[in-house]
Amino acid sequence: MKITYICLLALLSKVSPSFAAEYSKLVPEKSVISFTYEQMGVSMTGSFDKFDGQIMFDTASPEQAKVNLEVDMASVNTGSSENDTEVSGKDWFDTQSFPKAYFKITKVSHLDENLYQIEGDLTIKGITRPLKAPVRYTPKANSGVFEGTFTLKRQDYAIGQGEWSSFDVVANDISINVRIYALATN
Amino acid sequence: MTTASYGYNATAKTLHWLIATIMLGLIGLGFYMHNLPISPGKLKMYSWHKWAGVTVFLLATVRLAWRTLYPPPKLPSEMSKLLKMAAYYCHVSLYFLMFAIPLSGWLMSSAKGFKTVWFGVLPLPDLLHPNRQLGEALFNLHLTLNVILIMLLFAHVAAVLKHHIIDRDEVLSRMLPISIHHNHRRTKS
Repeated sequence: MKITYICLLALLSKVSPSFAAEYSKLVPEKSVISFTYEQMGVSMTGSFDKFDGQIMFDTASPEQAKVNLEVDMASVNTGSSENDTEVSGKDWFDTQSFPKAYFKITKVSHLDENLYQIEGDLTIKGITRPLKAPVRYTPKANSGVFEGTFTLKRQDYAIGQGEWSSFDVVANDISINVRIYALATN
Repeated sequence: MTTASYGYNATAKTLHWLIATIMLGLIGLGFYMHNLPISPGKLKMYSWHKWAGVTVFLLATVRLAWRTLYPPPKLPSEMSKLLKMAAYYCHVSLYFLMFAIPLSGWLMSSAKGFKTVWFGVLPLPDLLHPNRQLGEALFNLHLTLNVILIMLLFAHVAAVLKHHIIDRDEVLSRMLPISIHHNHRRTKS
């Protein structure tokens, strides 16, 4: 009888998305961190292909959530190896001195059914600044996807200094899209 | 026959010299910027190069339409059949390159993952998906077409100088903004 009940519960948790779910395993291979920026008025896209992180997120108590991300800056992929080398340099990410970017969530609030507001600290190139962004949660069978987009000013993080510091070639606004795929705790 | 009937009309002349100027600038800029290390200046030059290239394509379209409406003056009757044929194929090739070079550049840009946005305002559709190998192949095509263009331009200029200096006919003067005539030919009736 108890087994039947557990089976039924498991089935329900798969079928009904509004059912409370807990996530504790981030799957980097299925997650994406990409960015979009304007160069000479042309929209360009790139990504960071290597990153890892921890997630503790319970839809029943989102305010308790703990999320950390660590991005390997050397994994930047702009679609051109010449550009990848350039952005790793001192004027941009200075990857040698600052190999990783960090994001740590400090506060999560429930906005709407599957919409949350996250607040946290983003550290790039050793500079930490607060960040606030809406995140959409999509429950799936045994997993969940958390997706959020925010815009940062590259100047705030000293990204693109020296001859790149004016915004006529590369715009100040960089849009970051983060899509986290996490496994549900059984 | 008066000399006026030899000449190209003002629009044809304007298009010829405008396209010639832009294309020469583009050839110089293209070879120069290609070897530069990445910098804001280089990215600006690439954008300008693309904008000017799209402009050449559009001007060439107008020019071809104009040429259809107002056929160019005939070649001097003294020319041999062989030279007339050489002139014809040289001109056909030049027209072909006015379209093919910008087109190959646009396709290369798409294949390399850089969208072309004319003057930073009008985005051109990407006809190809980003593909490194295809990008390299299109770069080689763009370069080869330009090398052919340079050779044809030498032939074009050499031919026009031959007409002017050796044949002493009106072939050069009829395309010049201000006519210069050979005195001994002016009285030709």
